[in-house]
Amino acid sequence: MDSNSHICVKDLNVFYGNEQALKNINVNIPNKKITVIIGPSGCGKSTLLKSFNRLIDMVEGVKISGKILVDGEDILDSKAEVTHIRKKMGLLSQNPYPLPMSIYDNVAYGPRLHGTKNKKELDSLVEHYLKESSLWSEVKNRLRAPASKLSIGQQQRLCLARGLAVKPMIILGDEPTSALDPKSSQTIEEKFLKLKNEYTIIIVTHILRQAKRLADYVVFLYLGQLIEHGEASEVFENPKMEMTKEYIKGTIS
Amino acid sequence: MDKRKIEENIFKGIMLASTGVIVLTLLFILVTVIIKGMPVMNWAMITQTPKGGYYLGKEGGVLNAIVGSLYLAFGATFVAILISLPVVLYFNVYARKGSRLVAFTRFSFDILWGVPSIIYGAFGFIIMLFFGLRTSLLGGIIAISFLIVPIMTRAMDEVVRMVPHELLEASYSLGATKLETAFKIVTRQALPGILTAILIAFGRAIGDAAAVIFTAGFSDNIPYSLLKPAATLPLAIFFQLGTPFPEVQARAYASSFILLAIILIISVVSRILTNRFSKYIVK
Repeated sequence: MDSNSHICVKDLNVFYGNEQALKNINVNIPNKKITVIIGPSGCGKSTLLKSFNRLIDMVEGVKISGKILVDGEDILDSKAEVTHIRKKMGLLSQNPYPLPMSIYDNVAYGPRLHGTKNKKELDSLVEHYLKESSLWSEVKNRLRAPASKLSIGQQQRLCLARGLAVKPMIILGDEPTSALDPKSSQTIEEKFLKLKNEYTIIIVTHILRQAKRLADYVVFLYLGQLIEHGEASEVFENPKMEMTKEYIKGTIS
Repeated sequence: MDKRKIEENIFKGIMLASTGVIVLTLLFILVTVIIKGMPVMNWAMITQTPKGGYYLGKEGGVLNAIVGSLYLAFGATFVAILISLPVVLYFNVYARKGSRLVAFTRFSFDILWGVPSIIYGAFGFIIMLFFGLRTSLLGGIIAISFLIVPIMTRAMDEVVRMVPHELLEASYSLGATKLETAFKIVTRQALPGILTAILIAFGRAIGDAAAVIFTAGFSDNIPYSLLKPAATLPLAIFFQLGTPFPEVQARAYASSFILLAIILIISVVSRILTNRFSKYIVK
């Protein structure tokens, strides 16, 4: 096992009721790289992603077995502290959901939860993370305005700033650009390429071209099974499995 | 004209007529109350307690009932919020989706919603007997709370259910606990609806006569303690209308006018508050 990985998945099985969504997944996610999970709809991409921060717990009738080690700690252990696990990971969902409060409070939400109360400290945190997500110049004069007034692309960047503000080590993206226009998508992609120097990034996408643009490491899932994983260049140019070849050519989807 | 167009027009007609019935009813009530009540409306009505006996008094005012009703309605609404809000947050944040307990509780509240208020009055009365309470403001608040908790809970539940699940997930993914998510996100997002639910319950509380007959009683004095009987506007109207004297009957319309005015003022104020709070809501 690669002990340098933040996230090691061991024998992960996930059931929704009687349906098995993930079958025996074993994979190590490399640090400070962009890992892209690809595969056709319903293959378990989002399930895998949601297992990482245990949002999967919210799903009705879900059963999980196996281990997911984050920094050596098994997060599927019933004793694991869920809020502590989630703090390590920022999540970007398909549609941006700003919290029902001002732009400022959205970014300050996480730090406040985790104990930062000092106004000056919060001010500088908010500024720093809004800059980090390239939103600062657009909103610096209306930090008190409702976050819902922002355009959808700005909202997604706000969600990124909000996620970064809890100082995670890992960023999870669940088709983070699928609701955005091409320009905003591009901004987010550029952000990811920059952020990978400091964060481990895991993105689910069904856009192959996006996967090729971003991925350092690729995980290909099909019907709940891990078909192939490896360096992006290898998986895309020289896939070992027939199924991966077909998916990349576009014959299965 | 072809058949579908005729259908369309007939239904448009029915919808317009129904809307008309509602609007005209409201106007009719307002006009009646104003025409019949205005001639006897004066400052004394809202600044003095009755003189010359509650039933027969032609002098003084209904300040005792105004204050009694406000105490009662605010008291019961407050108690109901303390019960309804936790229930609703449990339903929508804590409970598993598809939980049978939740389904059963929702169903129970629906039934309780339909229970006539006189039964809550009788039930409240039994509880008062059990605790050795006499007719009092406290007794009235207890009975009215029973009456409005199901209404408030179900009305709040319907709006809190509309909070998108992704919003909760966003909060969880930042490391928030369920409690933090419930109070910082869910109640905030659903605030306008929650205020409306509180308002509906308040309207029922201040307008109900049957539940307070046995429990709050009535009195010519302004209640100065929770353990004193309290007059209420609906009962004042009931008694005044029941007298054989036209002057006193006219005072019933003036009392009705006051009751409507209170409800109107509370509605307008809460609308303004709602608008102020709803600017952060995520659509």
